[in-house]
Amino acid sequence: MSVLMYGYAVWSPIVWLVALLVLAAIALYVRSRGQKRYKKGTAQTDVFLSGIQVPPAEQRHIPAHNIYWGFFEALKGFYSTMMRPHTGIINDYMLWLVAIIALTVLILVLTS
Amino acid sequence: MEYLTVHSPILIVAIPLLAAFIIPLLSRLGSKVRDTFNVSLLGFVTFLVAILAIDIYANGARIYTLGASVPELARPEGYMVPVRIMFQVDGISIFMGLTITVVALAALVYSLQFVKNETGQDRFYSLFMLLYVGMIGLVFTGDMFNLFVFLEILSIAGAGLASYRVNLADAVEGGFKYIVISAVSALLVLFAIGILYGQYNLLSIAALANTMQFNTLDMIALAMLAIAFVMKLAGVPLHMWAPDTYAVAPAGITPMIYMSSAASMYALYRVTFTLYGGQFDTMPIGWVVIILGVLSMFIGVMMAIYQTDIKRLMAYHAISQSGYMLLGVGVGLAVLTDPVALANYGRDAMNGGIFHIINNALYKGMLFLTAEAIFFRIGTRDLNKMGGLAHNMKWTTIFFIIGALAISGIPPFNGFASKLLIYESVFRFNPLLSIIAMFVSLVTLASFTKVFYSAFTGPEMPAYREVREVPKSMIIGMGIMVACIIFFSIFPGLVVDTIVAPATDALIDQASYINGVMGAAP
Amino acid sequence: MMQYIPFNIPFVAAALLVGVALFIFLFKRNLIKIVMGVAILSSGVNLFLIALGYRAGGVAPIYTATPEGVMVLPVPQALTLTNIVITVSVIALMLTMVMYIYRHMGDIDAKKSRLLKG
Repeated sequence: MSVLMYGYAVWSPIVWLVALLVLAAIALYVRSRGQKRYKKGTAQTDVFLSGIQVPPAEQRHIPAHNIYWGFFEALKGFYSTMMRPHTGIINDYMLWLVAIIALTVLILVLTS
Repeated sequence: MEYLTVHSPILIVAIPLLAAFIIPLLSRLGSKVRDTFNVSLLGFVTFLVAILAIDIYANGARIYTLGASVPELARPEGYMVPVRIMFQVDGISIFMGLTITVVALAALVYSLQFVKNETGQDRFYSLFMLLYVGMIGLVFTGDMFNLFVFLEILSIAGAGLASYRVNLADAVEGGFKYIVISAVSALLVLFAIGILYGQYNLLSIAALANTMQFNTLDMIALAMLAIAFVMKLAGVPLHMWAPDTYAVAPAGITPMIYMSSAASMYALYRVTFTLYGGQFDTMPIGWVVIILGVLSMFIGVMMAIYQTDIKRLMAYHAISQSGYMLLGVGVGLAVLTDPVALANYGRDAMNGGIFHIINNALYKGMLFLTAEAIFFRIGTRDLNKMGGLAHNMKWTTIFFIIGALAISGIPPFNGFASKLLIYESVFRFNPLLSIIAMFVSLVTLASFTKVFYSAFTGPEMPAYREVREVPKSMIIGMGIMVACIIFFSIFPGLVVDTIVAPATDALIDQASYINGVMGAAP
Repeated sequence: MMQYIPFNIPFVAAALLVGVALFIFLFKRNLIKIVMGVAILSSGVNLFLIALGYRAGGVAPIYTATPEGVMVLPVPQALTLTNIVITVSVIALMLTMVMYIYRHMGDIDAKKSRLLKG
């Protein structure tokens, strides 16, 4: 009942979850063999940023438009091409509609 | 119970329609009476949909003719064609009906607390019921003109609800774009219906499918119908209205407007598979749907990772996931007339695409609700200003994690099951499409990691120190969807065999749709 | 008189109306003009539907005291009436939204009054 069978293979979430539990048990056992002696509340549990003075919370958190900076910098040409049709003007939406209907009529008529 | 089952198609449409007109009167008695009335009414309609579903999976498609002496009487005496208004509920119709009803119930429970401080609440619930009627009528109908009427009902109600918060400037702009898009698409649909009526003098879908010759006028009508529905379901390159409208709608309405797009997808499949499929070569229109699907997937997700407004990001993801559905079912459409390929991978592709519809409705709806939960507590949708919300909003964080893992196709969630079906079967059709689909899934995970980092993890911001968890009715609304997601994740085989496979059979088997109406004994 | 009008004039007129409406959508920026474009598109589609039902030399489809001859088809007339009602409510909704946009932004040019883009 919980097994999804299609023509080529089988997907069973129960087997996957059991495997996950086994692996998690192994990982927790390995972790439990580690060092347990540290003192909470002292400098051992404070934030450490390579020795500099830790800035307050608003400046520590990276804003959303800076995440994945390298990805956007590498694809700058692609994104500038993509942003140009995405105006907010409703006349452009209608232009796309008319163009795609004309293209579809051509495709259907020419391939029959 | 027999009476309820036989008359359930019309009761499911008529009861919320009547409620939409009674709610403003009932609101005079107080808000608690109105809330109880709404939730119990929608609960009763859910019960009716459930018993109709059990009947259809046991006995096959059910028709309901308005105005006949017996509801199953499709053609009046002495007539060769059906002339009355008819509801025809087969496997795919009841599948969409179940999806829409579950999402509507969760959205209604969520909205009870969300609109508590706004004015004009009775009109909100009235329009909500009308939106539900429009969607259910669209998926249950059996003739083309009712398709147009219910399409317009759901457009008007959806636009009115999307611009509900008229004190915000961008809400009205989003609603205006939605109603212009919907009006133009619906008028093009009516033009195509006029072309078909002028040729064949018939409006019923089964009768039209029986007498369709595929001449040039029919091709023009098919192009107008298909592209108008693609514009309503926000497929690229006609998608640009969707982020504007989804972002500004109030909570609970965004999942409903997204389900209107799914209902338009149902209408696209109904037109291409049942009205035009079968005898004619569907390879060109199938390839058009596949190309639109691949474009939607790719451009949707690449635009999504760039956004900094949380609901606009999720709206682009909704566009991208619609591309998966178009790809899966488009592969089935392209090989519809080739029995070997259909049995080999076409059926699995369609199973994957249709299973993805209900999966996406559940987890995308829930992600929209979590985004609006954040907006409810903080008052902004800008990701640059958020941070460290997991310290205070624990339930929202857990629901967001489940939704984000499900949408990226991470095992063991239901997104993985439907995406696996799509990957494996589309690979046998054309390997390049499957590789693009896997890349898109990867970028989806990347962009939801971005949202999770920006909004939930991180140190606790001093500005948000007093933010508490959202009220209980909103958690219950999200919890309904999470319960369904977990159920679908653990029992995918049960869901595919019970709900999805009859829908695929109903789409592929055009002859049984026609025989349900034309061969019905008086 | 009727025989001097070619039979296709209503269809040509409907096509012209749809063409004018499409021109308005694609090129006019004023929001009120876009609303007018939707109204003209609806009129074009209504004319197309009515013209489909006409039969040459036909009479009104009423069964009481019917004169001789064929009747024009009543079904497209029903479709057109439904469409007129739907269009009225759509136009009313659109004009209300244009009014709110003007109140918020002070300008009803489609390019200058947009807040959502990209």
